Amino acid sequence: MDELDRAIINELQGGFPICDRPFAEVAARLRSTEPEVIARIGQMLERGTLSRFGPMYHAERLGGSLSLAAMKIPDHDFGRVAGIVNAMPEVAHNYARDHALSMWFVLATETPREHAAALEKIEQETGYPVYDMPKIKEYFVGLRLAA
Amino acid sequence: MITAASFDETDRRIVLATQSGLPLEPQPYHAVARQVGIPPEEVMARMARMLETGVIRRIGAVPNHYALGYRANGMTVWDVPDERVDELGERVGALEFVSHCYHRPRHLPDWPYNFFAMVHGRDRGEVEEQVREIAGLIGDADRGHEILYSTRILKKTGLRIGS
Repeated sequence: MDELDRAIINELQGGFPICDRPFAEVAARLRSTEPEVIARIGQMLERGTLSRFGPMYHAERLGGSLSLAAMKIPDHDFGRVAGIVNAMPEVAHNYARDHALSMWFVLATETPREHAAALEKIEQETGYPVYDMPKIKEYFVGLRLAA
Repeated sequence: MITAASFDETDRRIVLATQSGLPLEPQPYHAVARQVGIPPEEVMARMARMLETGVIRRIGAVPNHYALGYRANGMTVWDVPDERVDELGERVGALEFVSHCYHRPRHLPDWPYNFFAMVHGRDRGEVEEQVREIAGLIGDADRGHEILYSTRILKKTGLRIGS
């Protein structure tokens, strides 16, 4: 990752313009060129330096339901349960964390009813209770990491 | 806040065409327009409206924390009085190293925490420093907190709506 890559990352965390030639506009701000900026973003996506490029949608405002949930899974059963949870298309992210509540996942569904059904299915198939922690209020969501 | 009625089938087709990313070509909104079958001006106007109403949080790049050297990602969880959580949420959410900040339900007796802040540091020492800063802001409203580090990513996909 060089200076231009870092400059592109820092610039794009702030917002990509909506206009006829948005890459050209970003390039002008960075004193680069349109083809260079396009190529760099493509390379950073390929290398995994960027995990996404495009609009970030607000699931609940699309009518969807988004919730964080956790489970207490003993080590010896962790692999089996992770397999069941990961196989569900409703599960967007799943992380192992160093806590008695050891598995933390985000459920994204189009309706609250599908959310309840997915939780019930996970509880039935894994045999463990799910601690559902839907947000009551959001104060901030966004990344401000300096590259 | 957008209402269901103001989010129509065309918006939905734009979401489907762009939720996995914008095309990497000089005129990305024109490419989306061809895919959706409407004029590019309409794609841009609709996406600008979605940005304004918050349906789109922002358009841009999401860096991979690990690739940028942020290897310690801590979910910090706090037990604070319910009547103070909104005030504290606004202040903690404004800290630069906090990427997500929420009020969530407790699950007593196992889980006393009602306030979550995700923080990112290059190592655990940096995260602990950040936690001290948050603890300083929260002051005597802090009735207990923990840092849960992610030890493995088991699954990570973008959020998707079906077609």
